[in-house]
Amino acid sequence: MSMSPLLSVQDLSVAFAQGGTTTVAVDNISFDIAKGETVALVGESGSGKSVSALSVLKLLPYPPASHPSGRIMFGGQDLLALNENALRKVRGNKITMIFQEPMTSLNPLHTIERQIVEILSLHQGMGDKQAKARTLELLEEVGIRDPRKRLEAFPHQLSGGQRQRVMIAMALANEPELLIADEPTTALDVTVQAQILELLAKLKARKGMSMLFITHDLGIVRRIADRVCVMTRGKIVETGPTKEIFAHPQHSYTKHLLAAEPKGKPPETNTGAQAVMSGSDVKVWFPIKQGFFRKTVDHVKAVDGIDIAVRAGQTVGVVGESGSGKTTLGLALARMISSQGKIDFNGREIDKLSFNAMRPLRRELQIVFQDPFGSLSPRMSVADIIEEGLKIHEPGLNAAARDKAVVDVLREVGLDPETRFRYPHEFSGGQRQRIAIARAMVLKPRFVMLDEPTSALDMSVQAQVVDLLRNLQAKHDLAYLFISHDLKVVRALANEVIVMRNGKVVETGTSEQIFERPQTDYTRALISAAFKIETAPSGVVSE
Amino acid sequence: MSATDTMTPPAKRAWLSPLNKRRWQSFKANKRGYWSLWIFLVLFVLSLFSELIANDRPLLIRFKGEFFSPIVSDYPEETFLGADGFLPITDYRMAVVQEAISADGWAIWPPIRYSYRTTNNEIPEAAPAKPSWLYSKEVRCQRYTQGVDDPNCTVGNWNWLGTDDQARDVLARVIYGFRISVLFGLTLTLGSAVVGVTAGAMQGYFGGWTDLLFQRFIEIWSAIPVLYLLLIVSAILPPGFFILLGLMLIFSWVALVGVVRAEFLRARNFEYVNAARALGVPNRTIMLRHLLPNAMVATLTFLPFILNGSISTLTSLDFLGFGLPPGSASLGELLKQGQRNLNAPWLGLSGFVVISLMLSLLIFAGEAVRDAFDPRKTFK
Repeated sequence: MSMSPLLSVQDLSVAFAQGGTTTVAVDNISFDIAKGETVALVGESGSGKSVSALSVLKLLPYPPASHPSGRIMFGGQDLLALNENALRKVRGNKITMIFQEPMTSLNPLHTIERQIVEILSLHQGMGDKQAKARTLELLEEVGIRDPRKRLEAFPHQLSGGQRQRVMIAMALANEPELLIADEPTTALDVTVQAQILELLAKLKARKGMSMLFITHDLGIVRRIADRVCVMTRGKIVETGPTKEIFAHPQHSYTKHLLAAEPKGKPPETNTGAQAVMSGSDVKVWFPIKQGFFRKTVDHVKAVDGIDIAVRAGQTVGVVGESGSGKTTLGLALARMISSQGKIDFNGREIDKLSFNAMRPLRRELQIVFQDPFGSLSPRMSVADIIEEGLKIHEPGLNAAARDKAVVDVLREVGLDPETRFRYPHEFSGGQRQRIAIARAMVLKPRFVMLDEPTSALDMSVQAQVVDLLRNLQAKHDLAYLFISHDLKVVRALANEVIVMRNGKVVETGTSEQIFERPQTDYTRALISAAFKIETAPSGVVSE
Repeated sequence: MSATDTMTPPAKRAWLSPLNKRRWQSFKANKRGYWSLWIFLVLFVLSLFSELIANDRPLLIRFKGEFFSPIVSDYPEETFLGADGFLPITDYRMAVVQEAISADGWAIWPPIRYSYRTTNNEIPEAAPAKPSWLYSKEVRCQRYTQGVDDPNCTVGNWNWLGTDDQARDVLARVIYGFRISVLFGLTLTLGSAVVGVTAGAMQGYFGGWTDLLFQRFIEIWSAIPVLYLLLIVSAILPPGFFILLGLMLIFSWVALVGVVRAEFLRARNFEYVNAARALGVPNRTIMLRHLLPNAMVATLTFLPFILNGSISTLTSLDFLGFGLPPGSASLGELLKQGQRNLNAPWLGLSGFVVISLMLSLLIFAGEAVRDAFDPRKTFK
């Protein structure tokens, strides 16, 4: 292209000053975005991709943040040199932004109509009537069904996908030349993610705008971007057309990223193995109470009659969109919430046991939670965290024996035992998840419920955690209940898969059956959304 | 391999976690709060040894080759006066006794020769007497038997802040009064904290009916007018330090329940608390190890202010006359005297300065603690 680029970031650096030291978050990066082009900034968390995107609009907290070098040329102006007033004419007008978490980006106290009308009257000086008409148009454009009814809705009345659509409508209200999308689909279900990406691609083509797309997910990049900039540690290490980068990655980091997808196969399926955990007709119903006497009028059927058997050394994967009841099923089996239906563990019926009676059994029935940042107490050292279960289940052990157990298990999950006196905040997300796994493994359980253990992690770390889980399973003959919305990870681990929707089983079978020969539209939609990022015909999955 | 390459064994954990270290640093960075705490601590520790600073008996006596320590034990008068003595406890301020002792040994007096209840019989004019340094030497010593030359007309017998209307030394009463106020405040605060945190923790952790019933109980409980109750009780029971403390404690624990309950309600569904539950950790341990530290921040933030509240409550009760038994060293009583004797401004002024100094120091320290615990506060 001979035309000058729409946005040209030249030699940009971002530094943060904190406590006398200065950290360079972005180090001399340069990239251009041509008109109508989509450029993706790819990198793992902490690589500086979001900071780069935010500095385009000078949205960083200054003064701790500063730009030691660089220019950001947009429409013949250097955005970094503009004053607040001039910048405000660009922000939300010529360049707009959508963020990762649509719930926190929308004002919870205003209707969506008011929020969009506000932008229109602020930037374009539209009158009430005109703005309202334009709002309707915008909502229709971003694919909100029945937009007239939705005008009066508050953000909490919309689903995550709908909220993100509203955010996109707000970003498009001023017909921007450049849209910056900062991980716009990370907080959404895979099926919804596919829908949003399709929408963005369609809108971009229709309006001829450019897009700067920030993501850690290479699958998305492949689908949406024209060009890719791969970032790591504040530097752009490789840049080029998407097809070229995927076909012939040059830099070792790009190769590493591309190789990072969870791979491998689950252990051989053995239907003869003993069922460690089994539930029949498990139900978790939450009553809906109404009226003065709190009469139960109906139930929310979070889990509605599910049969499941998890065998030693085998993994059952539970997949479904958010709200389908998969985590609730896991918690019910682990007897963390009350449920109906028979649950057998180690040949013993446990569904009638009280919390105290369950305690001795907890040793062999462990849970690894989704968020490694929330599941480790910030006030306890790693050794304390791992020891906690030992102190309860093996009160006979002395301090030295416990310490040895901690050292052994840390080595087993691939962490340096020397770090056991540090606190969780000193570890990365992947390391924290390893600590959480160590906490479960130190008790030598037979059954482990894994509640989305990889979804808060970077792609390459996900692959490592999956490998670790698979090795541990083979070594200790563990039975896994693996709950995830990420079908790539499930395929790498599960022998059997249960597909859930609205608390009910949609489809169940061996991993092979489900992934190769899915029987229902819902399963097919999940699979195509996860592996090809394609949308399903409307009505099959939620929005 | 150089020496620096050899692996050092991991430091066993320091006694302060990094978080607490940061808090301590930011507390120290708050100069006003840091110094207030030190000044308060020095004053408080000194006041704990009030008996050695202000007392109407010598610290140590050497008499006829023997040592006596009147502060530790009481001696009958005949020890020093022989057959002439008849009092079961010696009054060391009497000239006869002093002469007998100095004739056959020596005595070391504390810097202030008055206790909080000692009456000064040698004041130059009718009580309340002005601070001694406002009189000339002649006037100051006119009531002593030998006038200006009397050995008792020394700095040790000065009334640095004058006397009250019962001719008791104000400085001695202030020192003792400071001690009893702070001790009362500390005990009451500690007691309220223990009861309040326990109650709040139970409600927050178990929730549901426990919470609902307890909350209604607290609403009724805190609606009881404490002052009237104190009036009624003081008519039945003899007022005293512990009765007062107990009565105040019955009502003051409610202050902390709200914050602690809220912290527990919020934190009981944290993922790491669920993780502990999944490990089979008993409720008690979960509450102590995982939830209490969360609530401690709110509690510690509140404590200095509750302490201040307790001290001022005691002072106001004393002022109204429903506090400590008559004769006790009490700052509230000093204020009342100041109000009654407007012609003697040193009474009201001393009381005012001591109380405001004490409360200000505690508030400054408390503010520094609160800021140190505030995670949102940023530091340069």
